[in-house]
Amino acid sequence: MSAVGLAVGDGVVLAKRNLTRTLRVPDLMMSSLIMPIMSTLLFAYIFGSAIQVPGVSYTEFLLVGVFVQTVVFNSVITGSGLAEDIQKGIVDRFRSLPISPYSVLIGRTISDLANNVLSIVVMVATGLLVGWRIDSSVGEAAAGFVLLLLFAYALSWVLAVVGLSVRAPEVVTNASFMIIMPLCFIANTYVSPEGFPAVLRVIAEWNPVSAVTQAVRELFGNTNPDFPPGAAWPLQNSILASFLWIVVMLVVFMPFATSRYRKAVAR
Amino acid sequence: MMTAAIVAREVVKKYASVTALDGFDLEVAEGTVMGLLGPNGAGKTTAVRVFATLIQPDSGHVEVAGIDVVANPRAVREVIGLSGQYAAVDELLTGYENLELIGRLYHLGKKGAKARAEELLEQFDLTESAGRRLKEYSGGMRRRLDLAGALVRKPKVLILDEPTTGLDIRSREATWEAIGELVASGSTLLLTTQYLEEADRLAHRIAVIDHGKLIANGTADELKDQVGGHRLEVALRDAADLDHARAVLAPIGHGEPVATQEDRRVVVPIAAAGGVLVEGVRRLDMAGIEVIDASVRRPTLDDVFLALTGHRTDKAAQNGEGVKAEETKNEEPVR
Repeated sequence: MSAVGLAVGDGVVLAKRNLTRTLRVPDLMMSSLIMPIMSTLLFAYIFGSAIQVPGVSYTEFLLVGVFVQTVVFNSVITGSGLAEDIQKGIVDRFRSLPISPYSVLIGRTISDLANNVLSIVVMVATGLLVGWRIDSSVGEAAAGFVLLLLFAYALSWVLAVVGLSVRAPEVVTNASFMIIMPLCFIANTYVSPEGFPAVLRVIAEWNPVSAVTQAVRELFGNTNPDFPPGAAWPLQNSILASFLWIVVMLVVFMPFATSRYRKAVAR
Repeated sequence: MMTAAIVAREVVKKYASVTALDGFDLEVAEGTVMGLLGPNGAGKTTAVRVFATLIQPDSGHVEVAGIDVVANPRAVREVIGLSGQYAAVDELLTGYENLELIGRLYHLGKKGAKARAEELLEQFDLTESAGRRLKEYSGGMRRRLDLAGALVRKPKVLILDEPTTGLDIRSREATWEAIGELVASGSTLLLTTQYLEEADRLAHRIAVIDHGKLIANGTADELKDQVGGHRLEVALRDAADLDHARAVLAPIGHGEPVATQEDRRVVVPIAAAGGVLVEGVRRLDMAGIEVIDASVRRPTLDDVFLALTGHRTDKAAQNGEGVKAEETKNEEPVR
């Protein structure tokens, strides 16, 4: 078997191990199911009563924002899972085995992808209940979900670096939030960035989360063609921009995470 | 000719504020058991991690089973088994699942991994608990499972880092038995420990490490000989006489007598056994010091350790559980 095939094969074995763990900790399962439901309901009914966006209903606008926010938040699990394995000495054991350093990280990111699929299913169901609809073809809708999952997968590698760099698993969440809070909020997820102060507006326009949110909205038919998303290139070409962001994140963070992993020892 | 399973030459590993290994040398012959003995922070775990390819040395040369650990870590990982300081097991998986996972990652295949897992569970007397999650295992059972994990691939070189630290006496006995069986099967074993009894019982040879350097190396007997002859040990009726007794006994020893408050004992290094016991007791008697017990014995590894490093092993100093009474009775030397 080729080296890549072997690394992925070992990754799948490890992903199964992670999923078995998740199934055995009901709390962890519940949080990745309940959080998306809560976010959907809270934003739809609380903020939805006050926020207006031009061209579409707020629910229609909001739901994709919540989808993206949820997969971004889920990426923290990648970091905390790795940090916990380091602390328990399990990474020491894995590193003493003749497997590719990529395998453990592939295993982790694959199982977190599965977790994201579950979260998205739950959110779609909740979204449909509060009146959100997909107004596009099956092909476009499928492309929208694939894009969302690809972005989530790439982001897992970013947060893997955080998990492999911190000194204790307890720190992962806080450290991660310093990255993902601005990522989620200085963006077009909940409101249109048109009215942001100039600096924040530019950041929001070039934020990968904004590109992905805009792209998925377009693919789900949740946008109004009469109200364009603004003049910035990543929003005008959101699907291309999203793919570019995903490629850049993977190209930079896969080797980066792997080099951190090679140095990780129980502390 | 004996071939070396582990060779380390002039190994240096520095961290920001400490030099963990400072020109460390070691040679472990194939098929033997080497006990790497040293206090906390002496560099034992760093050495183990270098041998197991978990960290790279800053300089020096290390070969395991003839393979350079820096140049070819992957090949080293094919032939070693490692069991770290805390049991590196997955608490949410069952005993069987833990071993099967490791087997899969050694590429034994589904069937191979299953068969090997069952074999090891049997060997380590864990078959009955195979289907239970590790959370429900006792500390000793986890250790045994972790040890089993290190053996999945039948390694040429087995590396165990403090395999019994934190275990109660009974679990320690069970772990020793398991290690003893491995040793009998002929694999090379490097074992780090803070317990002198452990090194004495399991290892063919003992290497003493302190401040990142090898400070002694030999069989337990050789090390005991190295620190010299014998020990005269007396127990007194009254702790108040300890200082007096030290002064009285000093002229007949060839080293500084050491007193321990708690058990009211004085230990004096002596050159030869002949006549010293009688002489010592006579002198104490003349000084009016009441003796309740007196003996001449060979030095223990604890004496060796004290002589070599200038301090007791941490475990002995803490009166560590499970260490022979003979080795723990010296709480704090009175100076």
